Amino acid sequence: MTDSYLLSLRDINYSYHTLFGETKVLDHLSFGVKEGEFAAIVGPSGCGKSTLLSIIAGLLHPEDGTISVNNPDGSFSYPRIGYMLQHDHLFEWRSVYNNVTLGLEIQNRLTDERKDYVNKLLSDYGLEQFKDKRPNELSGGMKQRAALIRTLALDPQLLLLDEPFSALDYQTRLSVSADICHLIRQTGKTALLITHDLSEAISLADRIIVLSKRPATVKCELPIRLTVKDHSPVAARNAPEFNGYFNQLWEEMKDEG
Amino acid sequence: MKGELTRQELFMRQHKSHHRQIAFLRLLLLVLFLIAWEVSARTGVIDSFFFSSPSKVVALFVSMCRDGSIFPHICITLFETFASFLLVFLVSLIASTLLWHSGKLSEILEPYLVVLNSLPKSALAPLFIVWLGTGTKTIIVAGISVAVFGSVISFYTAFRQCDPEKITLIYTLGGTKRDVFQKVVLPSSVPLLLSTMKVNIGLALVGVIIGEFLAARKGLGYLIIYGSQVFQLNLVILNIIILCIIAMGFYKGIQVIEHRIRKRMQL
Repeated sequence: MTDSYLLSLRDINYSYHTLFGETKVLDHLSFGVKEGEFAAIVGPSGCGKSTLLSIIAGLLHPEDGTISVNNPDGSFSYPRIGYMLQHDHLFEWRSVYNNVTLGLEIQNRLTDERKDYVNKLLSDYGLEQFKDKRPNELSGGMKQRAALIRTLALDPQLLLLDEPFSALDYQTRLSVSADICHLIRQTGKTALLITHDLSEAISLADRIIVLSKRPATVKCELPIRLTVKDHSPVAARNAPEFNGYFNQLWEEMKDEG
Repeated sequence: MKGELTRQELFMRQHKSHHRQIAFLRLLLLVLFLIAWEVSARTGVIDSFFFSSPSKVVALFVSMCRDGSIFPHICITLFETFASFLLVFLVSLIASTLLWHSGKLSEILEPYLVVLNSLPKSALAPLFIVWLGTGTKTIIVAGISVAVFGSVISFYTAFRQCDPEKITLIYTLGGTKRDVFQKVVLPSSVPLLLSTMKVNIGLALVGVIIGEFLAARKGLGYLIIYGSQVFQLNLVILNIIILCIIAMGFYKGIQVIEHRIRKRMQL
């Protein structure tokens, strides 16, 4: 049915249970992510966006519904997931290098090939000379880049980004999101971004999935086509279609606020 | 600009002089106290039979050093305290790891730990004597009993205080519960574990002295009880002073270790 989707979610239900009752978070939620696509999820705050990512990452299990995988090579293995959290969570007791290789260390994959890749990423993002430094010597943007490298070191097929820029100041936010966008486009990775910033979603994503307020369902999907040469977030904001998309999203979100 | 101080040098100089002043006043306080004690003992303001005097304590110490009778007592107390301290550390680490690993276990055991922690441990000492007899073993167990329950609770609390998002991070990187413990929970708890260890060394010493009061033929605690029974107050006070020095030594020792670990982990 949805052959082109790398990952498709069908009728996902999820509720939180407390002694005071049940809170339905996700209600028959269905959508898919195509191979190589950069999709963004927007929705009112507290609508269950993070819960959704946790379910995709396998940290939570849906109460009902199915997640199906359709790898391009025809295999059925669950895609390797890279999950980037809102805060960098770099460990102060480890050097920057030992922080970015944490995932490889945990999975016992610290091979020479992986180490070379990590070193290349470190030099690409200007962190090479900070390898042996402690995280507290890095700026906010550098920390978030280091967190990105930690995620990419595991060579994920699907990147889950849970508001990874929201803790940064505006300027850093633009440059870090440009870096991430560039990297994702360059390597053709599939990515799913959660954000509450509409312009961020429009400037980065190929498709925007709008969620309703809790319990969340997919309200609408909005494919984004911007006529810009390079896909940098700053250039995208100047594209002629940008305002149209922004107003359209704003209208969709207005009744949900 | 030769001869003139830069602002930085001025700051350094002020910093140093502040510290020198504090050290000097500390020493002065001690010296004044000792002089006041000695003078009031000699002039008969206080009865030196009950209150002793610095010169008498020093004289006793010198004579006990000459005949070597003080050293076995110091050594045995040091050994017992150190042994209880190490065992408290090991037991707390293992127990709190198990409690952290199993939420159910920690919920079941919580009221027992709280009761045992608030129990005055000296009440247990007579039991230990009946069960284990008098001697080093009993005293080490007494030392452990004073520190261990509080220490387990503190270790466990430190483990629980770990940032849940950091734990999530380990799971997102494909880690297991074991990885969570090794990579996040344990290293992030190190500062709290160290400060608990500082408290523990003092408590272990308390337990050992209680044990020696009741069930020993050797050790500083035994000498204190013996001295009070034969009205040798010089002996009692000498031993209390030695205990002060031992406590200070242990505390400093742990401080050095703490400093080294912090430097290595760059916390």
